[in-house]
Amino acid sequence: MEQYEPDRLTPPQVAAMRRSMRNGRAAMTRRSLLRASAGGALTLGGLGALSACGIPAAGKTEGGTSAEDHSAKEETVSFSNWTEYMDVDEAGKHHPTLDTFTERTGIKVKYSEDINDNSEFFGKIKPQLAAGQETGRDIIVLTDWLAARLIRLGWVQKLDPSNLPHAYANLSGQFRSPDWDPGRAYSYPWQGISTVIAYNKKALDGVEVKSVSDLLDNPKLKGRVGFLTEMRDSVGMTLLDMGKDPGKFTDDDYAAAIARLQKGVDSGQIRRFTGNDYTSDITSGDFAACIAWAGDVVQLKADSPDIDFLIPDSGYMTSSDNMLIPNKARHKTNAERLIDYYYEPTPAAQLAAYINYVCPVDGVKDALAKIDEDAANNPLIIPDKAMQAKSHAFRSLSAKEETAFEAQFAKLTGA
Amino acid sequence: MATLTEAPPPLAPTAPQAEPPRRRGRWTPYWLLLPGMLWLLVFFALPMIYQASTSVQTGSLEEGYKVTWHFATYWDALADYWPQFLRSVLYAAAATVLCLVLGYPLAYLIAFRAGRWRNLIMVLVIAPFFTSFLIRTLAWKTILSDGGPVVGALNTLHVLDVTSWLGWTAGDRVLATPLAVVCGLTYNFLPFMILPLYTSLERIDGRLHEAAGDLYARPVTTFRKVTFPLSMPGVVSGTLLTFIPASGDYVNAELLGSTDTRMIGNVIQTQFLRVLDYPTAAALSFILMAAILFMVTFYIRRSGTEDLV
Repeated sequence: MEQYEPDRLTPPQVAAMRRSMRNGRAAMTRRSLLRASAGGALTLGGLGALSACGIPAAGKTEGGTSAEDHSAKEETVSFSNWTEYMDVDEAGKHHPTLDTFTERTGIKVKYSEDINDNSEFFGKIKPQLAAGQETGRDIIVLTDWLAARLIRLGWVQKLDPSNLPHAYANLSGQFRSPDWDPGRAYSYPWQGISTVIAYNKKALDGVEVKSVSDLLDNPKLKGRVGFLTEMRDSVGMTLLDMGKDPGKFTDDDYAAAIARLQKGVDSGQIRRFTGNDYTSDITSGDFAACIAWAGDVVQLKADSPDIDFLIPDSGYMTSSDNMLIPNKARHKTNAERLIDYYYEPTPAAQLAAYINYVCPVDGVKDALAKIDEDAANNPLIIPDKAMQAKSHAFRSLSAKEETAFEAQFAKLTGA
Repeated sequence: MATLTEAPPPLAPTAPQAEPPRRRGRWTPYWLLLPGMLWLLVFFALPMIYQASTSVQTGSLEEGYKVTWHFATYWDALADYWPQFLRSVLYAAAATVLCLVLGYPLAYLIAFRAGRWRNLIMVLVIAPFFTSFLIRTLAWKTILSDGGPVVGALNTLHVLDVTSWLGWTAGDRVLATPLAVVCGLTYNFLPFMILPLYTSLERIDGRLHEAAGDLYARPVTTFRKVTFPLSMPGVVSGTLLTFIPASGDYVNAELLGSTDTRMIGNVIQTQFLRVLDYPTAAALSFILMAAILFMVTFYIRRSGTEDLV
């Protein structure tokens, strides 16, 4: 029997068998493909691969902090800033202060508005800086706490004071010595940011608001009060209201402030925590009053007569956005010259007239008065002595504190 | 044995002719697959491995992160944030059901009754996509504003009393409540429901309706026995396309919600960007992914539709 079996296979049958060997099992079917790719993924995702991708320690960047300074050869500087944080001409195409700088020095400025959010931007530049590579940026502008973190991590370069004569002479007193960068060795403020209470007269309807306590306790404002998702502003204002100094508070003080805010959340007094989007809430009257940034309030006030602000007797929080030179920046000297330029009274005044934040430069008032009389007399732009006395800064935090405090605040805001 | 050795010769002349085209064709599918596979490898597989690794690391930004196989992160994350998980699933489910209820009649209308208006209505369905997701969501803040006409009308009709009693709203407002978040999710994902529904409804042969009528089926019966079963693929893919992105969404909860409406997407964002607790954020992402995969598998099995088109 066995001997006869092969006989029965006609040549076409054998050919068909061969074909099926090639086109059948061996050929690519969906299943074999799935199996193959799953196998590949498993190999890739194997335990070895998992352990291999730890994140290196941040502080230990290798290769030093400075790069070769190409300032003399390449007359350019790359400046990363926040959106709408620079003067713009009528056509919306040029930045007059930057143009003047280029005319005077011959240094071209590559200006990009690519910072929208401190945390997000940190995520963006972290991989390069942690690996000791250049970010392609010579100046970055970051808020205090993030600037402090970068200095702590050793990711920014020490500035050369000999390139910064105006900055050294004209930096306003209240910004001179933050505890995270004493004597401004690494950073200079771009603009100051005051945190105040904004209110909508129409929505308040005669209810009197004078302090953060009113926001948290007045039952008539229930569900119509807003706080900021920026931990240092919300907690800082609450600490001040409780008679504590945000410049030197303890863990217990912090916990007490969180508890006080938590009560406001639980009772439904606080409607929600917002980022910049509080501007629409306060304009529409959904917020009767809220913690707000003064720069926005100046703008809102100009657009709507119902909006105004107040400074609580207990004081207000001030922070700043700071210019820093990241590690491995190619044009350090050019960057320093640009920083120094913005500490000359004329460009500083032009900038202040346009963007309405707190001007960190002394001796700007006269130059500003020539451009815009109202701005020069606005204490939110050029703080007077009384205003400066009420200003407080949030103390710098260690890495441990930062994580713990942010985690507590995140719980408070619902996540 | 002898027959076996004898068998090949007759094949010999045909083999050389057949082989060359096959050899060339053999690798073509792989070459065609290569770009897609590379894409998946770089933008799907590698990030997944990276995230999986992050979720079992411990450390801090200063000291660096090391893989320590700390699986407890998963349990801690689940123990801390189960309410947000539950809430995400509930909101996404509510939005999906609302989308189906709103979208089905519209898709039906476009497919069978719209006539020459069909294209116009389709454009109207898709038109919102021409503006940014963020802007569309912010527009709802104006629409639902406390002093606005919508909330005014709802208050006059005492609708908000009912929804407050149900816990969907708080007091006499809609914004910063669960209802606002679910409305926002429904609005933003509605086109993802309508389009697949329309595609599968449009394919139904109109003569089937006539046949059902000829067999004395009332319109309701026709819908129940003919139209709806035939549109099941659209229903399944529409619900999936709505539910999956809605459960991971954080924009609606951020802008239209309050502290008690935060969804898991908000938690992941906060953990990743503010608290800088990367392992917890990664673990939460994986739990969310596993939960969705589990629910979707169960759902597809139950609805008995293996092919989604």
